[in-house]
Amino acid sequence: MQKVKLSILMILMIGVTLAGCKSKAVEEGVAVDEQSIGDGSGGAGSVGLGGDEGALGQALPGDIDPLSQRVIYFEYDSTAIDADSQAIVEAHAAYLNNNYQINVVLEGHADERGTREYNLALGEGRSKAVSTMMQALGIGPERIQTISYGEERPSALGSDEASWSLNRRVEILYSN
Amino acid sequence: MTLRFLTVRFIAVILTGWCAAAQAEITIVIDKSGKGGVPIAVVPFEWRGSGAPPHQVADIIESNLSRSGRFDAIPREDFLNTPHERSQVKFTDWKLLKAEGLVVGRVVQTGNDFQVEFELFEVFTGKSMVGLRYNVRANQMRKIAHQISDVIYEALTGQPGAFDTRIAYVTVETNSVGSRTFYLEVSDSDGFGSRKILKSTEPIMSPAWSPDGSQLAYVSFEERRSKIYLQRLSDGQRTKLAEYGGLNSAPAWSPDGRRLAMALSHEGNPEIYVLDVASRQLTRLTRDRGIDTEPAWSPDGQHIVFTSGRSGRPQIYRMASNGGNPQRITFQGNYNARASYAPDGERLTLITNQGGGFHTAVYFINSRSLQVLTKTLVDESPTFAPNGAMILYATKSRGRGVLAAMSADGRVRQILKVQQGDVREPAWSPLNRKL
Repeated sequence: MQKVKLSILMILMIGVTLAGCKSKAVEEGVAVDEQSIGDGSGGAGSVGLGGDEGALGQALPGDIDPLSQRVIYFEYDSTAIDADSQAIVEAHAAYLNNNYQINVVLEGHADERGTREYNLALGEGRSKAVSTMMQALGIGPERIQTISYGEERPSALGSDEASWSLNRRVEILYSN
Repeated sequence: MTLRFLTVRFIAVILTGWCAAAQAEITIVIDKSGKGGVPIAVVPFEWRGSGAPPHQVADIIESNLSRSGRFDAIPREDFLNTPHERSQVKFTDWKLLKAEGLVVGRVVQTGNDFQVEFELFEVFTGKSMVGLRYNVRANQMRKIAHQISDVIYEALTGQPGAFDTRIAYVTVETNSVGSRTFYLEVSDSDGFGSRKILKSTEPIMSPAWSPDGSQLAYVSFEERRSKIYLQRLSDGQRTKLAEYGGLNSAPAWSPDGRRLAMALSHEGNPEIYVLDVASRQLTRLTRDRGIDTEPAWSPDGQHIVFTSGRSGRPQIYRMASNGGNPQRITFQGNYNARASYAPDGERLTLITNQGGGFHTAVYFINSRSLQVLTKTLVDESPTFAPNGAMILYATKSRGRGVLAAMSADGRVRQILKVQQGDVREPAWSPLNRKL
């Protein structure tokens, strides 16, 4: 009983600590990102697709920065990364190429449809698809950690396509 | 026929090391009822004691028998009298009500203990089919009511009952700021008497009972990724069983309890492996580019069925439990997953999508036919009762995760929900050893 309680406490503490680290790291990452994009350095050159979007939508500069987006979305039962999402992955890869001290965690998720264990595997497939693309863009595999939560950590709670489409995702999280 | 009361001394199952008794009991709502079972009358038991009896034994028995779909309980308001022993029974009255079975009994307080006795009659012949007496403590009365239900079920159907069993499931509570707490819980087969046996701020998945009912294997994310743990129910002792790189998921016990099949991805994408519990020796069974997961053993231990995405969409495949070439066995619908065997080895329960949502279904292996049993859209985790007569699964009701207990033909269904939060991932225990 004591042991169980202690380990629960430890889980809680680790959870709180990690959660704290994660959000902080992400915020810092994004803040630094914008500067590195502005530098127009080699790796960031592949962010050209961002310019495309700007031309199409004439969005505010903050909105067209693919590095400000750290979630990649997927189609149902698919691990394919579409063209828009590729631009996001490329921007993050460029950022990582310029910041060797930073590592990345790719957290794969699925929507609630289908079975939990299959969705856990699907979430892993999604995080590995992003990992594979980042590696192709020059990021060493030792800097990338993939995790799947399957359908266990939805970001939207509804049972409709709007929620499902938000839940089929990979979150790109930075860690030191 | 002379009636012989058998006295059964009830031995307590002491469950130490468990977390505190659950604050939130499960509530049961009858979702779908149907006629077609054996008409049975369960007369409220006589109570001889001070105050109110600890439990209404007859209510528990009647609820169990109805839930199985094999019996239709005759409404009590139709009863012409309420006998409690053979000498008080007028069989003509029960023939008028078209009862085929009649259950009478009483609970007598003896100091701190209770004597529970019942007798089951075949109304047409007036014969006693079975009668038993138990000496129990107050906290054993629910269990005895389940045991009596099993005795009645077997006497009338010829098949073992599975009421005196347990279920494991995961509950999720979300607090006012949106952070979630996950619990692994174990309760009686009807959802009562729940105990929380694990608490975590990270997801808990895939509980699986060892064949002797003494342990649960499950997946916990408490170390920030999926790993497989074993937990002994008697004292709560935990062992980490699998923490390979990547996914550690979908544990499934072999019928002899010595091995677990599981899905691991440390050698690439998720594949099926078998881990020997004692030696920790790992054997890889599948090898392909698609997702392979959700293994389940046939009752004879000869086969393993699993879900594979190798054809593009998830379908059920079967292979010898020592490996070999998997054969696809489901072809109807674009999604068939999470299959598990009935104890007869001839049926699988699984989740299917035929285009209109994810439903609970039964697949008949020999005739290769699929019977879809539900209309709900996001069913998950179906599990047969250990006597094969019922299926428990997870679904959603008004946006909340609930469990549903259904007769194996889908005719009768009840919804089990917790007072707050979601409940999911049910797993039905093996049959209890007889006392």
